[in-house]
Amino acid sequence: MSLLIQQVIGGIAIGSIYASLALAIVLIHRSTGVVNIAQGEMAMFSTYVAWQLTAWGWPIWGAILAAVGLSLLGGMLIERVAIRPVEGASHLTVLIVTIGLLLIFNQAAGWIWSFLVKDFPSPFPGGVWALGQVRLSASTIGVLVVLLASMGLLYLLFQYTKVGLAMRAVATNPESAKLVGIRVGRILMLGWGLAAALGALSGVMVAPQLFLTPNLMFSVLIYAIAAAALGGLDSPGGAVIGGLVVGVSENLAATYIDFIGSDLKVLVPFVIIIAVLMVKPTGLFGQREVARA
Amino acid sequence: MKKLTLTRGGTAHRTIMLVTVLVLVAVALYLPHYYAPYRVFQFTEVLVFAIAVLSLNLLTGYTGQISLGHSFFFAIGAYTTAVMFRDLDVAFVIPFVVAFVVAFVVGFLIGIPALRLSGVYLALVTIALAVITPPLLTRFEGLTGGSQGINIDTPTAPAWSGLADDQWLYYICLVVAAVVFLLARNLVRGGVGLSMTAVRDNELAARTMGVNPAVPKTRTFAYSAGFAGVAGALYTLVVGLVAPGSFTIILAINLLVGTVVGGMATIAGAVFGAAFIGFVPVYTSGINPALGGVIYGAVVILIMFVMPGGVMGLARRIRGWLVTLEEPADRRRASGTGQTETAGSLPAARAGAVDGGTEQSGTTDPGTAQDDRPGEQTTTGDRREN
Repeated sequence: MSLLIQQVIGGIAIGSIYASLALAIVLIHRSTGVVNIAQGEMAMFSTYVAWQLTAWGWPIWGAILAAVGLSLLGGMLIERVAIRPVEGASHLTVLIVTIGLLLIFNQAAGWIWSFLVKDFPSPFPGGVWALGQVRLSASTIGVLVVLLASMGLLYLLFQYTKVGLAMRAVATNPESAKLVGIRVGRILMLGWGLAAALGALSGVMVAPQLFLTPNLMFSVLIYAIAAAALGGLDSPGGAVIGGLVVGVSENLAATYIDFIGSDLKVLVPFVIIIAVLMVKPTGLFGQREVARA
Repeated sequence: MKKLTLTRGGTAHRTIMLVTVLVLVAVALYLPHYYAPYRVFQFTEVLVFAIAVLSLNLLTGYTGQISLGHSFFFAIGAYTTAVMFRDLDVAFVIPFVVAFVVAFVVGFLIGIPALRLSGVYLALVTIALAVITPPLLTRFEGLTGGSQGINIDTPTAPAWSGLADDQWLYYICLVVAAVVFLLARNLVRGGVGLSMTAVRDNELAARTMGVNPAVPKTRTFAYSAGFAGVAGALYTLVVGLVAPGSFTIILAINLLVGTVVGGMATIAGAVFGAAFIGFVPVYTSGINPALGGVIYGAVVILIMFVMPGGVMGLARRIRGWLVTLEEPADRRRASGTGQTETAGSLPAARAGAVDGGTEQSGTTDPGTAQDDRPGEQTTTGDRREN
């Protein structure tokens, strides 16, 4: 029983990381209709920026905040430079552009910081509490708190601020939003910036648990994509729940199903999402796109 | 300069097309005698990838289904062939057929649930296929040789041919590619192709006209997987080694890049797309070994900026500057090669071309023609109608 609880807790911790990257994917998909395949690589690049700052002697939290801030600006810049020119082109064209971004970030990180493994310092103290036989580390709790807090802030931003309202308007109907005076271009830029910042946060949270290499975020991206598809690509709440479900189920399956083990556990979230999508083709909380023919 | 006016299907048009095709065939036949073995090997690889890109284009370009998992079917073909060569004493042609059949059946089975998903969801789920391919291959070690993979002897040129081994391989691939390209061309030009594009352009209209979208979708998925399997079989012959590391998601991504760069919903575009993914990374690494990948990524993005229709889209635009193609006045009849027609012009131009086709295809046409829009059209299935 304690093993089960232990695995569930571990699953929630890793799931919250998937959830934040999934949320970044959903933010962009809601406003541009495109799944940003480069989201994970952008997050990896941000993590390297944070690592570089700590290597220059910055305190870890300062480095993380700076990296998140730079990612916000970087994300906006990417939207303006790489995505705006293909705005209105087919989704596949935009998808290919994000594939190009993926290649650029992956290779640029390898070029700047080499492909050698680096240690990323944990921003949390090393303590462990034992509740009966279940062990709860400070870093697990820290990761959960940071990511849930950031998602909470985003929720407040969307629900209770004017910018958030504008972002929701653009996601719902860009043309009408433009007609009521919202500067759609800027809102889209901001959306990419927020997504990049959120991704950066998931990167610095996952990096101490894995090791920092240019391929750090690839597997995380796969799980995040599964989470986003599970929750529904236009539902932020769904992405969070999807992330947690994916994290927990992956952990449990790897522990209890012998055949799966650690190398095939990536299969688990996809079996779940295929099952879910069979019943609800737009994810658990997604809305069916209604179009006039 | 005065623009040349040609009648589609007229003598002049046909002659130009015929000459173009003959020249291309001559160049393809002569290539291995002109270049050094290293280059010939590269061209051979391009032919292999051309088949794989074509297979993906059938699915993505013509039917609007994005797959980021075609490396899976490629791997199925490659491993089927490698296992047959290792364990059985088989004649030369059989592995291709078996690879096609195995991949076709697997593709059909996967296509059944996949057709319920549209657009981006399908792309996301097919990523799973690409991701699990290497661990699955490693897991079934007894059959696949685990992470070491399987080595086989690449075929040697028979004495009567007087060819070097690299040239012999090249010609094998050329013949197989020619067969696959002809099959694919016939597939998309007939009633089957019409139902594919009809489902892509407007599923509702296609349904109204009596096309059950499930049929062309699963059928295309199966054919697409089968052709990818054939490409995989050739890959095994050419490289002589299959290992899990060769069939990662990078391969799947490259195939999709090749499809779009070559030109969506074009047959000939696959060759250009394959040449792009075969040669451009090599060249960009030549410019700067450390930055090669960065430059390659930038080139991919730039191409999407300047020619979203891919190489064939550009070719069509250039043709538009030089020549005016008219439909024959007496009867609207498609001709020439399927390679030079825009996705957008397909339904209208082919309205009369299927008079010998199935009843189903005849009825799909008004639906797609209605949706037909001028200019470049590289839409995917999830396009919003206004």
